Parts: sequence; structure tokens; C-alpha cells
Amino acid sequence: MEILVCVRRVPDTSENEIQLNSAGDDIERDELVYSINEPDNYAVEEALQIVARVGGSLTVATVGGEDDEEVLRREMAMGAHHGVLITDEAFSGSDGRGIATILKAFVQKGKYDLILTGVQAEDGGAQVGGMLAALLDYPFASLVNSIEVLEGKKLKISREIAGGNKEMNEIDLPCVLSIQTGINEPRYVGMRGIRQVASVPIPTYGVTDLGLDACSVGEPAARVKRVDYFVPELGTGAEILHGSREENIDRVLELVAAKGGPK
Amino acid sequence: MMARIFTYIVHKDGVPDDSAFELATAARMIDATAPPTAIVVGWGADLDAACRSVSASYSGIWKIANEALAYPNADLVRQALLKVLPSNSIVLVPHDHFGIDLAPGLSIKMNSAFVSDVLDIAGVDGTHLKLVRQEFGGQVSAHVRCEISSGAVITMRPGAFKAVEIASEGNVIVDKSGEVDVLIAGRRYLETVVAEAGDVDITKHSILVSIGRGIQEKENVAIAQELADTLGGAVSCSRPVVDAKWMEKSRQVGSSGKTVKPKVYLACGISGASQHLAGIKGGPLLIAINKNPKAPIFQVADVGIVDDVLEFLPALTNKVREMRTVAAK
Repeated sequence: MEILVCVRRVPDTSENEIQLNSAGDDIERDELVYSINEPDNYAVEEALQIVARVGGSLTVATVGGEDDEEVLRREMAMGAHHGVLITDEAFSGSDGRGIATILKAFVQKGKYDLILTGVQAEDGGAQVGGMLAALLDYPFASLVNSIEVLEGKKLKISREIAGGNKEMNEIDLPCVLSIQTGINEPRYVGMRGIRQVASVPIPTYGVTDLGLDACSVGEPAARVKRVDYFVPELGTGAEILHGSREENIDRVLELVAAKGGPK
Repeated sequence: MMARIFTYIVHKDGVPDDSAFELATAARMIDATAPPTAIVVGWGADLDAACRSVSASYSGIWKIANEALAYPNADLVRQALLKVLPSNSIVLVPHDHFGIDLAPGLSIKMNSAFVSDVLDIAGVDGTHLKLVRQEFGGQVSAHVRCEISSGAVITMRPGAFKAVEIASEGNVIVDKSGEVDVLIAGRRYLETVVAEAGDVDITKHSILVSIGRGIQEKENVAIAQELADTLGGAVSCSRPVVDAKWMEKSRQVGSSGKTVKPKVYLACGISGASQHLAGIKGGPLLIAINKNPKAPIFQVADVGIVDDVLEFLPALTNKVREMRTVAAK
């Protein structure tokens, strides 16, 4: 099976305190720790496991800039066979539809049976996978948390729905699936693995390589634009305890006791 | 004049989801002058029951009955909607497991703009909507400007808009089923597998020690378990803990896990993603302990402590034990 996984490099929210910059039009990006978008990493692991079971190869691609090469190399160190950087100044400012349009053009340069994305990005909206499927006229399923390859160019998949229940579906290939976290246990990538792929060439594709009209992507085509960032005032917020740890513990126990907890 | 606004009604067993009424509110925030039209899709008696219930908040209802839609397979629902929706429509959909499936592709096929997981409508300016979203796990919010001259599909966060029932008289249910022909998709619904019960029923406990990514590794779950045992509660968790296989899925609180109604909820190393908060009901005393003072959990907690859970929790356990020893003497 030929599999494409679309990945993104994002600020890692578990490692960062996200702050606004002084202008308020962006977050403070100077000190940020970036990593692979977490659900994308699960998608790559899932693709590797499918290839191990039924054969084929895995390509990871990202739409971005030079800095984003590091996540491609990370996923190649995990075992992805090819990494592709889709990059062009004309792509900057793309909305979800723009990114999906770029990816569609790339998909049509190759021949993939299965395309995976992560269910959503830290700053995104769980949108590119479903859009890409619609542009390609492929079937689509989101929030996928298991994949079984069936005979006859089909998959049996489960989707995570409310209450921990699973919705089972059969889906024809080629298709696009958005992968939910927890579907597998992504393998560890060490520095050694990353060094081994450090010099593997990563081809790049731009507007002309993909036969795209520059007006169909990037900022001019974007109908959705972020205006600014702000920190919301959500009610009063928590009463932050500023005491010593011992004082804080006493206060917590007092509050818990008032709610009928142990005295 | 603004384009016509439609809301997609999620329903189950003939009962509309809360989002049905929340979307009515959102639609009126976008355009107070024209009442929105509810689209109710399905089959049989359940569909008719859902249409009747929805009429509490909508004066216009479009019903699409089709046997293939007895279960709402998003790929089929999308086809059905495309056959009835006028171009340039604004379509509001709940941002749940169904909306995530349906909406992005719908926007492509309608050639309209798409914005997901919207919390608020900040303004309407001619052919632009100003919408509020959250990014980076809720640590910051963003204003998004969306050009709607060729329509829009927008998913709305469940619970973000206040549900209202607006007594509407003379509501009309328009049957659009005839415009929808045979529906065939490359994806077929098979069955729903109900979640396993698990060893501990976290929905029955009045004290929950709930752990998140801040617990750092599987071995540290024991720290929370000791505290829960000492307090007479149970350990629950947020999604990353289940993803990492540190606890069973049955312990997960949130929209894709369990809904709990404890008296006390100790959120330990939990950032406070909206999907997690959606599972905490009944207004418990919410005490948050987190190293990151910017963690969104502090916006909703009653009491917050900026501390490392790996040190705070054992100290708390010890204190309770000490008090008991003293009391026993």
C-alpha cells in the first residue's frame, strides 16, 4: 500500500507557556519549542504499522518552510521512506482550503492508496483532511482510532465518538483518514536515528512544480484570516493560592472537608 | 441582505442534541432579522419526533427523510445537503464527532469559507464575520475574519452558545426528501461498539483525583491512587494519559470519555482542554494544580495552585494521614 501522511510542525503546547507578543497580532515565537503535531505522529506510526503488515511505502509531506524539514527528518527516522517539503512563498497565508488545494496538487503527482492526517493541529481546525478528501472526491473519515486492511481495496476502521464508543465503518480505497491520538504507541526516535537520515535529500515542490495557479493559494485566496490573538477574560478565574505548599495543602483540605470529604 | 442561515440538527433516538438550540442562538447573533432554518436529516419515526422537538426553537424546518440516512454517515449526509442547500448559504454545524466528519468537505463542495470550533460571534460587517476561536489548547484566543460572500460552513463549539427555546408560532416543516435521490458513498456504517465498563466507575465517585500529562509517567499514577485511596475517591484522567496507555479509557473524563458529576474534582497536571472540561458536570469544587500558571484550567477552576503535582500530591496524602494519626490518638 502506498501511503502519504501529511504532517505539520507546531509549537508544542505541553512544553510552552504560550504568550502574546507586544503587538497582539501573534504569539511570542522566539523561545518556542516546536515539535511534530502530536496526532500527525500517531498517523505516521499507524502508516508504518500498515506497511509492515501489507507492504508498500510511506511518504511524509509538509507544507511549510525550511524550518519544517526537521519534522520530516524526525518522521523519516521513525521509518518513513520518503520526505517531501512543499514550499513556496506563494503558499504563505493560506487558509485551510489553500493548504488542501496545495496537497491535492501534490497527491495528484503521485499514486497513493491511503492518505492520513492528524485529526487536528494545535492552532488548526480539524479541517485539511476532510477538505482534501472532498477536493479529490475520495471517501473520508475523521477521528479514526483503528485501521484494519481488508481484501478488495477496502479498510475496516473505527471512529472515536461520544462516551468512548466506537463507530465502525468500511471505507473504499483510495481514501483520506484523520487519525486520533491514542490509536497506537508511536515508536521512540533517538538522536542516532535522526543523525542517520540527516543527509538524505528531501525534494521540494513549489507552485510551478505542482502546476498550481498562484492565485488559488496563499493569502490572496484565503477567505479566512486571523486578525489578532487575545487572552480571554473568562469570568473571575481561579482563586490562586499564594501560600507555602503546607498552607496550600491546609486550605485544600479545608475546602474538601466543607464538601463532605474526609475531616 | 445576508445569505440564508441553516443549522444542522444532530439528533439521536428522536431527541435533538443540545447543540440544536445553541446553533439557533448563534444564528440569531449572525443575523437577528431573519430566522434560521433547521435542517433535520434521518429516517422514520425518530426523524419526525426530532422535527417536532426542534420546532421549539425554529420557525423554519427542512426535513430530509431517506432510508440511507437512518444512521448519519457524514459522506451520505453531505451529498444530501448539497442537493438542497442554496448556493451562498451559511451553514452552522456542531463541532462534535459528526461535525468534524461532515463540515470541511461540505465547505469545499459548496465552494464556501470554513471556520471550525467557533466560541463566539464578535461582529458582522457586510460580507465579513468576525469569529472567536481558541488555539494552542485554549491558552490563547484569536479573532478570525471570514469572508462569506460565497457562503460559509462554520462549526460551533458545543456549550459555547446559550441554548434558547424561542416560542415560534406557525412553524412549517418543509419536506425536502423528494430533492434527494439515491445516496451512495465509499464509506459504509457497520455498527457502534459501546465502550467497555472498566474496573472502576468514575461516574459514581464524589471525589475524583484526576490526572493529566503533568503526571509525566505511568509509575507516577500510583501517587494519585494513594491520594484517592486516602481521600476515599477514585482516580480519573484526561486524554493524554489514556493515549500514553497509563490508564484505561474507562477512566477518561471528557467529550470522548465519561461525563462525571463529583463533589470535588482535583485536576492534577491537567491543562484544561475544552474537550476535557465538557465531561465535568454538576459544578463540583474544582481545584487545579499545575506547574504552568498559563494553563487554561486556571480560568475555570475555583481554586488554583501553581505547583508540581509530583511533589504536591504526596505531600497532600501525607498531611491527610498525619491528621488521621493525630485524631486516632
